[in-house]
Amino acid sequence: MVPTTRHRLWLLLLPYIGLLWVPFYNFRDPALFGIPFFYWYQLAWVPVSALLTWVAYGTYSHED
Amino acid sequence: MRTDVDTTALAVFLFFFALVTIMGFVAARWRRPKTLAVLDEWGLGGRQFGTWITWFLVGGDFYTAYTVIAVPALVYSVGAYGFFALPYTIIVYPFVFTVMPKLWHVAKEQGYVTAADVVHGWYGSRGLELAVAATGVVATMPYIALQLVGMATAIKALGLIGELPLVAAFVILALYTYSSGLRAPALIAFVKDAMIYIAVIAAVALIPGRLGGYGAVFAAAEEAFKAKGSGGVLLAPSQYAAYASLALGSALAAFMYPHTLTGVFASRSANTIRKNAVLLPAYTLMLGLLALLGYMGRAAHLKVASANDVVPALFHTVFASWFAGFAFAAIAIGALVPAAVMSIGAANLFTRNFWKAYVDPQVTAAGEAAVAKIASLVVKVGALLVILYLPTQFALDLQLLGGLWILQTLPALIFGLFTRWFTAPALLAGWAVGLFGGTYLAWADGLKPLHALTFGGTTFTAYSGLIAFAANVTATVLVNLGVASMTKRRST
Repeated sequence: MVPTTRHRLWLLLLPYIGLLWVPFYNFRDPALFGIPFFYWYQLAWVPVSALLTWVAYGTYSHED
Repeated sequence: MRTDVDTTALAVFLFFFALVTIMGFVAARWRRPKTLAVLDEWGLGGRQFGTWITWFLVGGDFYTAYTVIAVPALVYSVGAYGFFALPYTIIVYPFVFTVMPKLWHVAKEQGYVTAADVVHGWYGSRGLELAVAATGVVATMPYIALQLVGMATAIKALGLIGELPLVAAFVILALYTYSSGLRAPALIAFVKDAMIYIAVIAAVALIPGRLGGYGAVFAAAEEAFKAKGSGGVLLAPSQYAAYASLALGSALAAFMYPHTLTGVFASRSANTIRKNAVLLPAYTLMLGLLALLGYMGRAAHLKVASANDVVPALFHTVFASWFAGFAFAAIAIGALVPAAVMSIGAANLFTRNFWKAYVDPQVTAAGEAAVAKIASLVVKVGALLVILYLPTQFALDLQLLGGLWILQTLPALIFGLFTRWFTAPALLAGWAVGLFGGTYLAWADGLKPLHALTFGGTTFTAYSGLIAFAANVTATVLVNLGVASMTKRRST
């Protein structure tokens, strides 16, 4: 495979940045259904991170 | 907590327990190999588990019964800080996606069963192999013991007293693991995970409504923390580094354990693992919702003797008897899957990297499987004795140190996938610095996982395991530079 497609792997760094820098999200507002931002922001990262991994998986899907 | 025996709940509980017991023994015939008497079959299920089986197995094995009890308990006790399990179980998957398929390839091509096999294959060092194997076994033992704590909590919630039910459950587990190997937890995981999902979804759907919605739940929790004078629904700025470093350190350590690696090695292909890195976060979502039960416990004004009773007490308060029995069975069965895989992982290490390396290098394939089966029994009995005769706190402290210890095997196991620059003496030196230095830090801090560091006047607290890991990597690089310059001098 051409190495250029492996650029997608850089996407996998995003969850680390988004979750390990706590000042990004240690807030109460905006709350969602009464759930403070701190919680729903991190919960929202679950599907986002899975989606990014799925995009990265596209690089390998030909393999098996 | 109720102390009388709830017969409806108990009947439902026993039904599901009997069901998985039968499944555990029948598993020996599932995808039947020519013989179970080879380590690849008994200990790795024949390396043929596809995407779904792996999803259930690793999910059932990584999100343990103890997690189901302990994460909400920590959130109940301290608030936002206890939520670090969520970022931890999110960022673990990009790591798994990038690293574990490579490791799987190496293991598959060379027929390796354990992490220490891989390390020995690369560096040819018996010392490094033994360090990795011993760390794996020692870190896993208290983890198995904690599964018993999870199971005991569920049994206690049914109103049963005494240790006999726990011993009986564990003996049954030991017997079917002995006869079926990894196939038993893989098959039981389907039932266990389905039950846990149902219980958690029901809890998250029903409980907030009874308590006046999430807004009210968080308000009540905040009030409780204020009254208590510690904890809160947001992090204090002094907790930022602790929160992030616990998440990162735990994520790096998670797939160094023998039980998680067993799940990886048992996969059919590298892409099975990649697909699972995409799909396993479904369990993380469940864990995050489960963690919120801690706040619901606050809002429900539960009176519990120990924070570990929060989840069972909530289930008892909110659910009808039969469903409470179902939920407790889910927790107890939830303990069986990881306990089985952990004992298999530890037994594989003992067989390959101790028995075969030192006692009987000429051991046959059938001999390996026989040794591993006995070792799995010994490991489980050991964990049971620890829980029966030593204070629970002992297992808790050891499990905490176990995470710190297992993280120190990462350089030896993972660095070789990316570079052949490192040498065995350097990796061994780094391992020793990280393991003993980290243990000392944790010991000096009163067996707390956090250590205060001061850099240029600012003090912050971080996870001792990650600090030890940094020391480990630094020592490895320095010693390796020394070794490299010495060999260069010798060759010129």
